[in-house]
Formats: sequence, structure tokens, C-alpha cells
Amino acid sequence: MRFIKRQFRRITQEVFTVPGRTIALIFLICLFFIPLAISDPYALKIFIFMNIFCIFAASWNVLGGFTGQFCMGQGAFFAVAAYTSAILNLKLGLPIWICIPGGALMSILAGLLIAVPSLRLRGVYFSLVSLAYPIILIGIVFAFSDVTGGETGISGIQPISRNPVIVYYITLVVMLLSIVAMWLLTHAKSKVFRLGIVLRAIQEDEISARCVGVNTIKYKLLAFGISAFFAGLAGGLYVHVLRIASPAMLDLIFSFNPIIWTVFGGMGTIAGSVVGVYILYPVMELLRFIPEVRMLIYAAIIIAVILLMPEGLVYWVRDKLDDECPRCKVINSFLRRECRACGAPLRANRKKQSDQAQTMDSSYGKEIVR
Amino acid sequence: MLATILIKGAMIGAVYASLAVGFSLVFGVAKIINLAHTGFFMLSAYAVYVLVMILHWPILPAAGVVLISASLLAIVIYLLFLDRIREHEGPVILVTLALAIVFQEILLLVFKSTFLSVNAFVPGTTTLLGVTLPKQDLLIFVVTLACLLAVQILLYKTRLGLSLRVTAQNREIANLMGINVKKICMISVAVAVFLAAMAGIIVSPTITIEPHMWMHPLVMMFAAVILGGLGSVKGSFIGAFILGYTEVLVVFLVPTGSFIKGSVAMMIMVVILLIRPEGLFGVLFEEERL
Repeated sequence: MRFIKRQFRRITQEVFTVPGRTIALIFLICLFFIPLAISDPYALKIFIFMNIFCIFAASWNVLGGFTGQFCMGQGAFFAVAAYTSAILNLKLGLPIWICIPGGALMSILAGLLIAVPSLRLRGVYFSLVSLAYPIILIGIVFAFSDVTGGETGISGIQPISRNPVIVYYITLVVMLLSIVAMWLLTHAKSKVFRLGIVLRAIQEDEISARCVGVNTIKYKLLAFGISAFFAGLAGGLYVHVLRIASPAMLDLIFSFNPIIWTVFGGMGTIAGSVVGVYILYPVMELLRFIPEVRMLIYAAIIIAVILLMPEGLVYWVRDKLDDECPRCKVINSFLRRECRACGAPLRANRKKQSDQAQTMDSSYGKEIVR
Repeated sequence: MLATILIKGAMIGAVYASLAVGFSLVFGVAKIINLAHTGFFMLSAYAVYVLVMILHWPILPAAGVVLISASLLAIVIYLLFLDRIREHEGPVILVTLALAIVFQEILLLVFKSTFLSVNAFVPGTTTLLGVTLPKQDLLIFVVTLACLLAVQILLYKTRLGLSLRVTAQNREIANLMGINVKKICMISVAVAVFLAAMAGIIVSPTITIEPHMWMHPLVMMFAAVILGGLGSVKGSFIGAFILGYTEVLVVFLVPTGSFIKGSVAMMIMVVILLIRPEGLFGVLFEEERL
């Protein structure tokens, strides 16, 4: 009992003293009450898709934001799982709780298959080549059109549930579990898995990572597998909610969507993907009221936000709300003058840092630092 | 049949080459992945439609106006959007993608999604190798090759070309040598868009002009650039011709060819990369080898 009490106090101390974490917690609690506030099935469906795309965007982040493999063909994983799940469901008549994991496993297979040529490529080469995989898959879909349905796709797939509220809660729970799993796997300071710090090292400098004895091939394959699994999970859920698997999932824009959401929210943090999806997707849906200029406004918003905060929304807000203590690295609220753990002054340091940043900007050193 | 494939492939290859060489130049010099590159190709095709078909200008002044205004637009976009985020890879990709979508949506608003076409600049046909083909096709081939030759001369025979190549090799050293890196990057973007606009103008009579026409050339251009080796102008050129011929062969020989022409081209690219990861003519630097 006392242990629970102490843990509870620790959590409240860690969460409520930092505004960013408080906002995240309130947001998560709100997610559970959305079906109570919204009864319109169409609006609820938007939230269901948002949950699914959260997994999708975060899975891109594992590869793009943490490992530095800027994949432009994430739709390939998604579509492989969606088609597998649909075919298992319709042709073999398997239940959903086998189909979706089956699709995700197939997606891992596809991810490893894609990884083999990609491991030999770096940086931009990899990005541009990864663009090819959805296009190759389109060819496969059209070549085996008796199985995949060709251009019209597969329809009449079994839904997860007839009741949208149940579907919402299922996708929400799966989303939260996936997000937590991905966060644990990629968190650089995690004491459970050493994966996060290794992926960061590969992103920063692959040669150095190899020099200190990291088997980068193994870890890159692992990152591909994780990313493909979660993208596949999203694909499986998506196809059972939408109830149609079509080549539209292999469009260029479908693969770019997770990149748009994640870069908007912030690369290299799972929260960035979640924020990106939960802001941009509803905006996109609201803009349906003005269909002619919908994409135009969307593109304009993206450009404006990127130019204002090239690092991403999450980092921008975090810089405004949180201060890291210079002495003990504990994160503090922007309202505090001293560190809550060690009492070191915060404000003076912040001013000095911004001065430093300014001199850095004006000199040519900026590029070298970057 | 064989002659038709040879000539058609050369024509399509030439168009992809002029797109790929420009993209490769911008990537090499300014390190920008410009997804809006084929957007300029599309814009110039539309501009030709407006000037020639609606305002009834003769083609030569129309082409001149389109080329100059496309290059100026590219410079403005570079200065407004791309210059300040050039160092961040993700945002550059995103902003250029958003720009391409902006182009597409503006064209959708103005022209709706109708299929437009432009009359041939030089009417009539000619016979070559026993194949009768429109003179326009020959014009495409000749003009594109002339442009690429001009770029080659610009890069290897002029002072500007020297500073472009220096900046591509090492930006910091170039800066220390007194080269205005920002200006050079701007010029590379302008030259690349000039090439893309040229391609857009010259092929506009042979293709249907519609607001989604930037996607397929974009993918093929990527494939050509990767195939030839990123940053190698010669490589992009040869890669583009390989892909052009592949596309034509697939369309001619396979019954449902037009559906899978893209994916066959991509498979060829992946296979070549498995054999030679740096592309056909790319150079792997020591620190890049894995």
C-alpha cells in the first residue's frame, strides 16, 4: 500500500510539475471520453482513423526520426498488411484477431525484404529508392488481379465491430499500447531496452557507431522490423474499419502522409507523430467544407508551420514551456526560477543560452554546428 | 516495330534526362531534394497552353517568356522558402512537396481537371529509319539534347560552372575561396528549373496536360537519378535513357503495359542498385562506404 502511495506521489510529482507532461496526460484522459461527447458516427469514424494513423505516423518515426532512414515508401508496409489481412479474411475466412496480426507479420517480412537492398544505401539514396517500393507493389497488385482485385480492390471485408464506439475503444487501446511500446523501444534513456540509444547513434553517425562495435546492420534490420510491424498493425486495423483494400493505399501521397504528420509534429519523438496526426487530420477533415481550396490551405499550413518551426511543433512548444536544469538535467516548468530538484538558478542560464544562439546564428559557425 | 521502339524510347529518355539532370544539379550543389521539380515542368506546359492556345502567341516568344518566368519563380521560391531550411532534410522534402501540391491545386482551381492539349509546334511528319513520325518528336529530341549540351558546356567550360562544381564538392571550402554559396545555390536552382521548363514546353504537344501530370515524371526522374548515381550529370543522362527505353518496351510488349510500366522501371532500378549500390556512374567516397 505504502509502495503504491509512494509511486503515485512520484508520478504526480514528475507529471504535474512539467507543463508539457501535464498537457499530454490531460489529452490522453480526454481521448477516453470522446465517444461520450460525440455521438455522430461519421465524426467518431474520423477519430478512429486518427487513432490508426497515429500508429502509422509513429511507425514512420521509428525509421525516419530515430534511425535516420528517411523512408518515403511507408505505404508499402501498410498496404502489404492491409492486403494480407483482407485476403486472409475473405479467401480463408479467418477471424479478425488472426488476420490483423497475420498482416503485421507479413509486413515484417516485407520490411526485411525491403531492408536488404536498402542497407547498402544511405541517406538520400535510400529515401529515393524507398519511394519505388509502393510503385513496385502497384505492379504486383495489377499483375495478380484475380487475387488482389486489381484496380477496384477487395471489398466486403468483415468489420471489427458493427458498433463504432467499440471500434473506437479497440483502436484507442491498440494505439496507446503501440505508442507506449514504440516509446519504450526508442527512448534513448531507457534502462530496459538498449535499442533507443543505438538507433540514435546510427542516426547521428553510422561510421562512428560501427567503430565502437555496434552491429549497425542488425540494428537497422531491427528498426525496419519494428517499423514494418506497427505500420502493418495500422494497415490491418485500417482495412477492417474501411472494409475495402484498394491500390489507393499505394499512392504517393499516402506514403507521404506519415512524413507530413511527423515532420509537422517533430521528428525523433513519438509525441511528435501523435501531435501531428491529432492536429493535421482534423484540420484536413474540417476543410472538407470548402472542398475546392482544401488541399491548397492544407499545403499552406504545412509550409507556414515548417518555416516558423523547422524542428517541429513539439520541440517548439517544449522550448517555450520547459527548461532543462543545467546542473542536474531535470526538466522544469517555465514558471520556475530555480530547479525543482537541486535549486540551481534557471533564468540566467536561459538568457545566456539565447545570447549564445544568437552569436552562433550571425557567425558562419552555424553550418559547422549543424 | 523495333525502329518505333528505338525512336520513341530516345524521345522519352531525352525528356526524363532533362528533368533528371536538373534535379541532380540542384541536389549536388544546393543539397536540396526538390519534389516540386516536375511541378515546374507541369506549370510550364500549362503556361504554353495559355499563351499559345488561348492568347494565340507564336511559339518562340511564348517559350522565351515561359522559360524566363519559370526561372524567376524558382529563384523567388528558393529565396522565400528553401534558403532558410536548406540544412534540414525533412523540412525541405516537406516544403517542396507542399509546393508541388500548391501548384497542382491552383491549376485545379483555374483549369478544373479537364484534359488539355496543345497543337504541334511544327506540323507534319517525316520518315526516319522507315518509321513515319511527327516532326514534333524529332524537335523534342534535338532541343533537349541541345539544352543538355549547353548545360555540360556551362558546367565544364565556364567560371560559373567551376564555382558550381566547387560548391557541389565542398561547400565550406567554396565559401573560403570567396564563392558566394547562397548565390551559387540560387543559380543552380534557376538552371535546373530552366531545364524542367524547357522539357515542359517542348513535350506539351505530345502529352495530355492535366493537374496530376507531375507525379509520374517525378518518380521516373528519381529512378533515373538514382540509377545513374546521385550528383553525376552523365549518370542521370544515361539512367534516364535506360528508363525511357524500359517504359517504351513494356508498353509495347506487355498487354497491360501502361499499368505496370512504372513498377517495371522501379524493379530495374532496385536490381541495378543491388549490383552497384552507388548507381552506374556514382562515386562512393571513402567515408561513405559500408
